[in-house]
Amino acid sequence: MTLLITTFAAIISTVVWYNKMPDNAMKTGILSLMFWGASLMWLVDAVVEYINTGADYFKPSAEVMLNDLFLGLSVVALGLVVWLIIILIKDPKGVLGKMLHKK
Amino acid sequence: MACFVVPAAEAVVTTVVTKIVKEKEKAEEANKDNLDISGKEETIPFSEKLKWLNIMLWGGSFLLLFEHLWHGEVVPFFPFFTAAEDPGTMLREMATNGVLMALLVTAVWAVMVAVTYSVEKRSIKDAAKAQ
Repeated sequence: MTLLITTFAAIISTVVWYNKMPDNAMKTGILSLMFWGASLMWLVDAVVEYINTGADYFKPSAEVMLNDLFLGLSVVALGLVVWLIIILIKDPKGVLGKMLHKK
Repeated sequence: MACFVVPAAEAVVTTVVTKIVKEKEKAEEANKDNLDISGKEETIPFSEKLKWLNIMLWGGSFLLLFEHLWHGEVVPFFPFFTAAEDPGTMLREMATNGVLMALLVTAVWAVMVAVTYSVEKRSIKDAAKAQ
């Protein structure tokens, strides 16, 4: 579930990045690469687990699924927070710079 | 357990390599300006392409660290990994899952770079034809 949610986040952020190109002011490329990196790493985990457990891998209990759902959503939220911090620090549109200059 | 440590270690190396490559590119650029060489081809510098790998490795490792914290496999006190009680299993996991993670991310990045090079080549050819 975590892998699935992160992969969807990676796909959506890549589509947003592609749609906005060549304007890269919001640095959505960073967000998509971050989610793709995590998705690939979890894919390895999933494949190794599938090799070890077989078809049982696709039959998780409701409790495990719910926990994975919360984890996946939390991962997406954390990724977005990291991206937001990068945006605020780099201030690509100069909004914060202008605001601080006014003061 | 501690699989994300391997891609994080690779990220440290690639970040250092990116800095070195960027310095070299800057020096080359300054050399070109001194020699007044015109007609530079507009391509993405290799240091920029290395940055893609850095973001995937750092970002992925960070999000996996969060997952390990969530599952209680990483703790905020020494030795930081609960699996450290059984170092053999932890090291085996790093050598299998961790190395595979690093290899897969690097392989995907290599494909991205190869595709970018071919797109750049095509656009340079198209530009030359148009002139």
